[in-house]
This record gives sequence, structure tokens and C-alpha cells, in this order.
Amino acid sequence: MDLRLSDAVPSAAEKEAVQRVVAAHGGLTGDVIRDHDHFADSGHAARSRRHLLLPALHAVMDEIGYVSPGALNHVARTLSVPPADVYGVATFYAMYATTEQPPHVVHVCDDVACGPFGGEKIIAELADAGPGGRSTVVRSPCLGLCERAPAVLLQLARQPDASLAPATADGVRAALVHAADVEAGITARDGIRPTTSPADAAFADTTVSAPQTRTPRAERDGHRLQLLTRVGVVDPESLDDYRAHGGYTALRRALELGPGRVVRELTDSHLTGRGGAAFPTGMKWDGVAKAPERPHYLVCNADESEPGTFKDRVLLESDPFGLLEAMTIAGWVAGCERGYLYVRGEYPLATRRLENAIAAARRRGFLGPDVMGEGFAFDIELRRGAGAYVCGEETALLNAIEGYRGEPRNKPPFPSVSGLFGKPTVINNVETLYNVLQVLAIGGPMFAEVGGGRSTGSKLFCVSGAVGTPGVYEVDFGTTLRELLELAGGVRGELRTILLGGAAGGFVMPDQLDVALTLEGTREIGATLGSGVVLVFNTAADLTRTLLRIAAFFRDESCGQCVPCRVGTVRQEESLARIVRGAPRGPELLLLDDLARVMQDASICGLGQTAPAAVQSALALGLLDGPAPDGSRNGKVHA
Amino acid sequence: MTATDPRHPAPGSRAPVTPGSSTPRRAPLGGRQGPEGSVLLGTISRMVTVTVDGREVRVPEGATILEALKREGTPAQADTPTLCWAPNMKPINACRVCMVEVEGSRVLVPSCARKIEDGMEVRTDTEKVRHSRRMVLELLASSVDMSQAGADVQRWMEEYGVDAARYGEPAPPSDDRDRRHAGHHEPVDGTVAANVAQPVKVDNDLYVRDYSRCILCYKCVKACGTDAQFTFAISAAGRGFDIRIATEFNAELPDSACVYCGNCIGVCPTGALKSVREHELRENGDWHPEQESVTTTICSFCGVGCNLELHVQRGQIVNVTSPADHSVTHGHLCIKGRFGFQHVQNLADR
Repeated sequence: MDLRLSDAVPSAAEKEAVQRVVAAHGGLTGDVIRDHDHFADSGHAARSRRHLLLPALHAVMDEIGYVSPGALNHVARTLSVPPADVYGVATFYAMYATTEQPPHVVHVCDDVACGPFGGEKIIAELADAGPGGRSTVVRSPCLGLCERAPAVLLQLARQPDASLAPATADGVRAALVHAADVEAGITARDGIRPTTSPADAAFADTTVSAPQTRTPRAERDGHRLQLLTRVGVVDPESLDDYRAHGGYTALRRALELGPGRVVRELTDSHLTGRGGAAFPTGMKWDGVAKAPERPHYLVCNADESEPGTFKDRVLLESDPFGLLEAMTIAGWVAGCERGYLYVRGEYPLATRRLENAIAAARRRGFLGPDVMGEGFAFDIELRRGAGAYVCGEETALLNAIEGYRGEPRNKPPFPSVSGLFGKPTVINNVETLYNVLQVLAIGGPMFAEVGGGRSTGSKLFCVSGAVGTPGVYEVDFGTTLRELLELAGGVRGELRTILLGGAAGGFVMPDQLDVALTLEGTREIGATLGSGVVLVFNTAADLTRTLLRIAAFFRDESCGQCVPCRVGTVRQEESLARIVRGAPRGPELLLLDDLARVMQDASICGLGQTAPAAVQSALALGLLDGPAPDGSRNGKVHA
Repeated sequence: MTATDPRHPAPGSRAPVTPGSSTPRRAPLGGRQGPEGSVLLGTISRMVTVTVDGREVRVPEGATILEALKREGTPAQADTPTLCWAPNMKPINACRVCMVEVEGSRVLVPSCARKIEDGMEVRTDTEKVRHSRRMVLELLASSVDMSQAGADVQRWMEEYGVDAARYGEPAPPSDDRDRRHAGHHEPVDGTVAANVAQPVKVDNDLYVRDYSRCILCYKCVKACGTDAQFTFAISAAGRGFDIRIATEFNAELPDSACVYCGNCIGVCPTGALKSVREHELRENGDWHPEQESVTTTICSFCGVGCNLELHVQRGQIVNVTSPADHSVTHGHLCIKGRFGFQHVQNLADR
């Protein structure tokens, strides 16, 4: 392709950063990308490398902290992508910057779970005295660390990113001083990159995130942990330890059964996708396995970004090999030789653990051209997201992997017919894949004995907010919301309402606590399980602020492709702001209703379709009524 | 002659009107479409039966719902509003104004992109459809200057009852839209309605970019890229409401890959992209579309043989276009055909 580039030239460091991506790609695929200062490779082979665009931009960000004009030119030339396209992609993702910024970026979560639980306080304190060091502070949507609220993500050039949770302003300052020290040291030690971050140490105790694992396994009567069974037990860095705890027995079992039997076990288990759409997993795998077009691809959606959701993160951090095993099974059954693991960009520890696990599995023959000596090839490429909630939508995620803006595609065709690179593709959520291990361990029929209908097996819930012990809880489908809250140490203060299913879900009132937590049970009361968010608000909570934050969230995260969502989310936020300021309700409610309908009916993807859900739910339940006689802005308070 | 022959549509069928051109065009239907909308003659498709608002119609397999509506529908059905669709482009499916109901689908489906299936039941005039169309047009009208959109668009806004004023006073123009960071926006209080008003970009002699009028239909990006020109000078940049059409780092057009073919102008439905001449005439109050005449000719610059339509106002060529269904151009031109007409005007006054 004839590229016209500006005169900006890349620095040596920028070129090296991109070269690392190119080299890793070459090592995996044997593809050689020529390095030439004036010409771009051309032809089909060159165009087929566009999927390296996000990794290349990450490499530049990691190296110099922003995508400079010279670096952009170099990426464009190396990958044969027009510079305007590279710019379009770089400006789509929140974690990329195209203007120079300090090398240390502090992302403070001010979303529904963290904002009122210390996030705003940190932002105010850092604004007062300045964060110090060479840094800047930005507000962030949910960082997926809600059980440890408030959360902060440090995005550091030339150093591994790190999560701080629970964070304090002083803690952030200390971490920035440390980062500045490390940076000084790096210059002296000539480019040696530290591999572990001291911040990771805070995550060593898994019982904070998964409180059920506090009870020793033998003593957990009544609460069989299946998805969380290895959390806190297995060493997430060790393949041997994983195998010592039953690792790779499910793959062995799948190989014994054969792909057809595995699909039958999955069908018998009635396992449905845990990503929100609840599509039968067996049917999905079978559809791709039988698709005549080749190659087939597997994609694991680990772009967990729904506000209030952190279950996948806990699994990825604590049991990364489990995911690799499940992906290998899926790849083998569906006839895929390559799996892409798209992990959220805001999950540095999970990313490191997965990178380590993939490398270990490759070394030991659990991934590669001859998996376990069984004569089939399967490998996994990890892709880091870069700050875009919409990429949790499966077709947007495909576009992100392919190196495009994360804009959802029109469906049909569905990914099982035309997915990644236009080929038949299985896309599974992280939690779904861990369930596959369980199905193979106990068999489909036995799996289906727990729960019923489309809700079989166990489910992870992300309990946060005003509860005794926030965290990921695994319960059987059919457990009531009341039982789940008791498991999480009960409500702190007087229960006001619960946000069920995340920002795309809706509110549940105290008189609905006996709802069975199944797809069917929640639908009956007009709610949704969504991604398993159970965010608890007591009567001290400022729900107005919560609703405004949700409206702002959808405005920020809309990809902007379709009109109903792009403009609808803006108008929804404006109308809500007017209601909060005390504008006459009548016209605003009419407006919000009109907006909700067009967003639900006419948006391209689930983001737009669910963007009005929480606002509509809150208005219907009277959660924004008021102020009450006592001056509380919370309005109606149910007993 | 079979009913699938694209050259002989059924009697009474309505042809779509291409914005920016004066003559009605016939949508290529039946037979397979070539890669750029060309019709490969001689293919015979199976006919499938679909129900549109209770009436059965037969259309060739592979046609989109919109093509079926335009070809076999009643005048009202054929008048399905479209913004990001064009007869000479692949469906973009971004504006969501052409939505229809399809039995079995929870949400509305875009008629421009969804292919007909045998037995499909389509409804085009339900309250749900009308509501979505009205709201899409209303949301655009409340955030974008639609005053130079085509006559059809003006009529649809009227017919669907668009009330852009109910979102409040428009916010003042902003000059920072090119620099906004994805995932962040200033806090809002709802006193003014956010919009895309911004200064006009004039950075070359041939065309202007007036993004206050941009509805983000992506047509220009596709025309610059894979639908016509393969130049890739522009891309959608940014995200959400701050999305915009941009060159790399918002470079001025002379510093970008732009080759000034003007195909982006040719497909723009709202006047966001227009020739400098048209821009200046409008600015000076000298724009007289009611006096415009169109003369068809063939470009004399090279041997390709592109059909040209010279748009003439008061004895002066103001724009040059090409018919979307012309087998050579498919509506697209090069810099010489579109902008190289000054020598004609240099002749002595007649």
C-alpha cells in the first residue's frame, strides 16, 4: 500500500518497542516483517498483520507514555496501515493518548462502587496537593476492583502497570515516588525492565476477593466451590502446582471422550454463556465445529468492564491455568488452532499471570503444535484491551483484535458463521469456560442437577457496596438474593436498594430479596442477572449521584457509531441532570421514555440497548423521588 | 425477460433518489452485485416471498429489505428514510433511520443491511418503527446543523414530526472537538443541549469541511477507503459523542494522504463536505439551487469516459457530479473530473 506519512520520525526507543511486538509475532507465526525506513510491505500478507495494531500501540504507550507522531508513522509503516486509520484506532481507546502526557497516569475509579466509597475523596486529595512525581490524575470508569474499593490504576511508562486497592491518596503518592525511583534506576541500569510490581503483593491474599475461600475446603459444608475451587489454593504462577491440583484432567477427559461426546456433555449440562446473553454453550461449540469454512477461531472474552463486575479478574489472577485448559478444550472441540484471549487493559496483574501461564504451557507442550503429544495444534495469543467497555460486546471485541476501532458489527452474520477475520468463531466468557472444566469433571447430567431451566450449575456474583464482606461469591443457581447477602455478611446499615446486573441491569427493592438468582427468576421480577453484579446501597447512599454516574458512563463508553446511542446517551444524561436540578418532572420523564425506546429498539449493540435500563428502573421504582420531608434526596424509602 | 432482470423493474416500482444528483436512479436489484455495486448481468437468483405490511411480495434472494421496499413496495414503503445508505456503496448501517420491524426479532432491524429471507415478515409502519425514525432524525437535528441536508431529509423530518427544540437551548460552538480524549467529558448540568457546532475547516482550494453539519454517516470514510478511492486519508477518530472524521493528528488536508478526488463530497448527505465554490457562494448569499440546471457530458481529460453532470447556476458551473448508476464511475470521479472545470469558464462570456 502506498502510505503517505508525515515527516515525523520515530525515536530509537519507539522503533525498538514496535520491534518487540514484531519479533514476538514472528516467533509465534514465522511471519517476517521487513524493516524499511521508506517503504511499507504491501500485498495481502502485509494487510493481514493489522491485528498487531493494538499490541504495537500498547508497546509505544508502555515505552514513552503516548503515541507520538513519529511512533504513529512507524507503526503505520511497519503494519501497512494508513496513518489516519492508526490515529482513528489510537483515539478510540481511553488508555492510549495521542498528545504528550506525564509518564505516570493515575486512573482513579469514580464509578458506582468506588466513587462514594473513597474514590471521590482520593481525587479531591490528589487535586489539592498534586499527586507528585511526573504524573497526572484522571477519573476512570469501574476498574473491576470493587471488592477492594476504592481502586486506582497506575499506568506507567517503562514500568509494569499496577493496581492499588484499597487505595489512599498517600498510598498513591508513595507509589508514584517509588515509580519515579524505579525510573531513575532504569536509566542507570540501561533498560532492564523490572518484572514484578510491589503493588501485586497486596493481591497475594485471595480471601479478600473471594471470602468463601477463607474456610478450609474440608469444612465448607453446603457451599461447594467449583469455579473458585483452586482460588487461593493453587500457586497461580506454577504449572506443576496446577497439575497437582487436578489441572489438565478435564482436557485429558475431553480427549478420551472425543469432540462429539464433549458437545453432548455440554448440551446435557444445559450450560449457558455467562456473559449476559445466556446462549447454550454446547450449541455454540457444535455450530462452529461443524462449519465447513476454515480456519476456525476461538476467542475468550476477558474484557470484563461492566461497572461492579470483578469475578473474571479473580479467576484470572488466581487460577490462570484453568482458563488455558478450558480454552484448549474449546479449541480442540470446535476445531480451532488459535485462540485469542482478550483481557481487559485495566487488569495488569491478571495479564501478567496469564502471560506467564501461556509461556509455561508452551514450554511444557500444553500449548503449541502438538498439545500434550496428542497430535493437535492449539496456541493462545493474549491481547490487551485498552480502555473500552464496548469491546466486551463480542463483535466489537473481534474488531479490536483485528486492529480496528472497537465498533460493534451488524448482526447477522453471527460470529459462529463470520467472526474473527471473517471466519467461524467461538466466543466465550471467562466464567463460561471455567464451567466447562466442571462439566467434564462431573458429567453433563450431574451438572444439570443443580438449578434448572437455562440456569444450571453454579454462578459467581460480585457483591460490593454496603455489605459486611464484599467479594466474589459462588452459589448454586436458585439461591435467593437474601441468602447471598447473608453469605456476604449482610447489609451495612438499612438496605435501600440493590443494583442487580450492573449499569446495564436494574434496581431491586428490599421487598424483592426472595427472588431466586436465576435467569428465569430475575426475569419474572423484571430484573436481570447481567454479569452477576450485586451492588448494595443503604439509606445513606446518594442514588442521584449513582444514576448520574451511570448516565455519564454510557455517554463515555458509547462507541459513537449509531445515532440512538451516540446522541441518546448524551440527551439522557442532560435530562437526568435537569431532573436532579429540580426541573419539572413531566416533560423530562416523557423525554427519557422516548430516548429509552429508541435506544432499546434501534441501537446496533447491547450497549445502546441497555444504556437506559438502570435509569428507567430507578425512575419506575421512585428512587429519584424527593427530596423527602427529612431533606434526604433519596425519596421513597421502602420498609 | 425474467422478473430478475435489473434493467426491467416491475411496473410501478419507485426508484430511490440519490442525494446530490438530479435524476432518479434505479437501485440495482436482482442478480448479484459486483464488488463496487456493479451489476453482473446474466445471473438468475431464486425468488423468495416476503410479507411486507401484510402484503406478499416476491424478490430475488440476496436482496436487502430496503431494496425490496424500493422495488416492490408501495410509494410509502419505498420512501423509507435513509441517511448513511447510498445506492453506490456497501451498506454502512450506522444511522439507524431505515429501521423496520421483522417478525421474531426483539429489536428493529436496519432495512439497508438486512438481507431478505424466505417467509420473512416485515412491518414498516408500526408505532415502534415511526418512533425510532422520528427519534433518530430528532436526535440528529438537535445536535447537528441539518439545514443543508437534501430535500428528502427535510421532508422526512417534517413528516415524522421532529421537534429538536425540546432538548433545550443548543450549547455554543466549541473549538476543542478535535482534541477530546475518549472516555471523558465535562460534567453536564442539562441547561444546554450538547451539539457538534464548530468552526469550518478551510485548508485547501478545492473543498471545505464543515463538521457542524456532520452526522457521522461514515460515507466519506468509506468513499475515501474501501468503497471507492482506496486512499484512506480520513478515519473516524475519537469515541462516543466526541467521534469525528479526522486525518492523522488532525493534519490539514494538504499534509494528509488526500488526493482531492472529492468522492467524499459526492456522498455527503448533509453538506458537511462541499466544494469551496459552493461554500463561498452560500456564504455570500449567491447560492440559487432553484435556478440550477444540470448538463450531462463526458469528461474530456482522459480516455476512461466518465459521465459528468455539470451543475450550473447563473451561467457558472458550481459543482460536478457523476451518476451513481453509471457503469464507469459508479458516481465517483477523480480530481480532474470533479474540480477541473475552470478552463470551461475561462471562455469569453457568451
